[in-house]
Amino acid sequence: MAKIVQLISKNCGKIKPDSVTDYVNAGGYAGLKKAMEIGPAQIVEEVKKSKLMGRGGAGYPTGKKWEQGYVRKTVFEYVVCNGDEGEPGTYKDKLILSQNPLLLMEGMTIAAYIFGIKEGYIYVRGEYYGLKEMLNNAIKNAVEANYLGKNIMGTDFSFNIHVVWGAGAYVCGENTALLESIEGRSGRPRQKPPYLSQEGLYKKPTIFQNVETYSNIPYIVEHGGDEYASYGTECSGGTKLVCLSGNVINKGVYEVPFGTPIRELVYSLGGGVSNGRKLKFVQLGGSSGACFTEEKLDTPMCYKALKDNELKLGSGALLVVDDSNCVIDFLKTITGFFIHESCGKCTPCREGNTRIYEILDRFSKGRGKPEDIDDLYRLSNLMDITSFCGLGQAATTALKDCLKYMREEFDEHIEGKCRAGVCNLT
Amino acid sequence: MNKTALLSQLDEIIEKYGGLKDNLLQILLDLQKVSGHNYLPEECLEEISSQLNLPLSKVYEVATFYSMFNHEPKGKYIIEICNSAPCHVEGADDLTQLFEDVLGIKVGEITTDGIFSLQHSSCFGACDISPAIKIGTEVYGNLTKEKIEEIIKEYRGE
Ligand SMILES: Cc1cc2nc3c(=O)[nH]c(=O)nc-3n(C[C@H](O)[C@H](O)[C@H](O)COP(=O)(O)O)c2cc1C
Ligand code: SF4
Ligand code: FES
Repeated sequence: MAKIVQLISKNCGKIKPDSVTDYVNAGGYAGLKKAMEIGPAQIVEEVKKSKLMGRGGAGYPTGKKWEQGYVRKTVFEYVVCNGDEGEPGTYKDKLILSQNPLLLMEGMTIAAYIFGIKEGYIYVRGEYYGLKEMLNNAIKNAVEANYLGKNIMGTDFSFNIHVVWGAGAYVCGENTALLESIEGRSGRPRQKPPYLSQEGLYKKPTIFQNVETYSNIPYIVEHGGDEYASYGTECSGGTKLVCLSGNVINKGVYEVPFGTPIRELVYSLGGGVSNGRKLKFVQLGGSSGACFTEEKLDTPMCYKALKDNELKLGSGALLVVDDSNCVIDFLKTITGFFIHESCGKCTPCREGNTRIYEILDRFSKGRGKPEDIDDLYRLSNLMDITSFCGLGQAATTALKDCLKYMREEFDEHIEGKCRAGVCNLT
Repeated sequence: MNKTALLSQLDEIIEKYGGLKDNLLQILLDLQKVSGHNYLPEECLEEISSQLNLPLSKVYEVATFYSMFNHEPKGKYIIEICNSAPCHVEGADDLTQLFEDVLGIKVGEITTDGIFSLQHSSCFGACDISPAIKIGTEVYGNLTKEKIEEIIKEYRGE
């Protein structure tokens, strides 16, 4: 039985999201208080011990990143939070933003406190614009209660948070594109290096994390990194918000400890495949994530175990796909998404996705040829190696996996057969 | 809204954002909200360009980069049907068909009374109630034909 461990989601839905009183009564700001007692060096130490890995997709150890900045005495100017959440099937940052934003803000405030940073930004995708008034109220209330703004809790530490809205662009989740967008420009990725810790927002050193990552900080500081880590596995500390979607009975966001097998997420939390159908495959980490079938379902959700199986956790989205779906049709949807979202800056991604779509479209019309499969491999490898940013590099992850695990369906389409009966093969 | 009234509203928006070019995106978002037809009128972009001291080409670049911005008048309400993978496997195509039938228009079109535009959209984080639609900031999911008709009636004010 998969268990739910609520370290960061326990107050979601139980308190008025913009009420500081409710938040404090539910134990809020204990982390910030503790942070001020133990001081910057010890906070960084606790975050390191927590084995917290960035929850936005890349999974880089947060403590390591902060320690490097701390040891090098980097003069950070900004704390930025990535609330772009564009990966299809991901809606866990929305849970925090809409139901407990003060937790996120407390986490950002602790990060700011470590480095003496005065300004923070939360970049939220435009699709969540309905949260605007509530988020502004949450900030206003926190300022009035002296948990934000000038001389926080009577100390000489001052910190402000601004909310900036996106306007529909998946690529803005890429960290440099997001900064371009905050600065009021198109969200096209910048060259890296320089890294954000050297040149971030307005070319100043910037601390940059995902919503869920910051939201873990108050717990870690209050209870200690060791305790947090103990919920997870040897290499991946704590819990993860997982989002179940697709052909599964209980869709939703669940907070589970690292180490939980993917199978349990699908069958015990998710209640299994809906409508009595059979599982065809799952996709982990959103549309840029890996697709895999039954045989890898017992892999535990842990960064190392997943890596050993050539999988990545990504954003924590888990899409269940049943046998009424056709692989080719599914991949057309995925590729269509990336055509729409490519920023057009580099040729491999701008052109590659379109060419792949054309080939898949031929398959879906019964006009695919054996040599098209070679082209699919060639194009996806090329995009992987030569695309300028992570979008183009990961756009064909699903395609490569489907070719690997469900190749026979491609061949069947060449022979004029769609086993799911989805494609109109003429 | 007439042009003069809209331009004076735009002045207010620009002033609210301190006339700063960093806030271009936020200005465009607010402008589209008050435009009445969910779009960015050309003369407003020219006005923004002169007030923010930004070349018109730069304003256009940003205004055309983001998918939420429109450049032609749309319906009073834009119905966006998510067509990303999680909604797709839960029947987004059938849902699109239902909307097209009920409204009598295709995706990309506007109803003759100017009330609704029908569009596709990338995932907007309502995957737990997929297939999902979004009208402005409201999301609706687990839709049936009856529910769709009800929603449409409600927005039409019937
Ligand atoms: C195309 C692309 C889209 C991304 N989208 C998101 C996103 O929506 N949210 C997010 O937190 N990170 C996203 N990332 C990852 C960020 O670039 C970055 O690694 C992350 O926000 C860092 O925070 P973390 O270490 O706390 O995860 C994306 C990366 C790429 C390449
Ligand atoms: S890979 Fe290239 S075209 Fe694609 S989103 Fe990144 S920079 Fe833009
Ligand atoms: S996939 Fe449709 S709302 Fe997320």
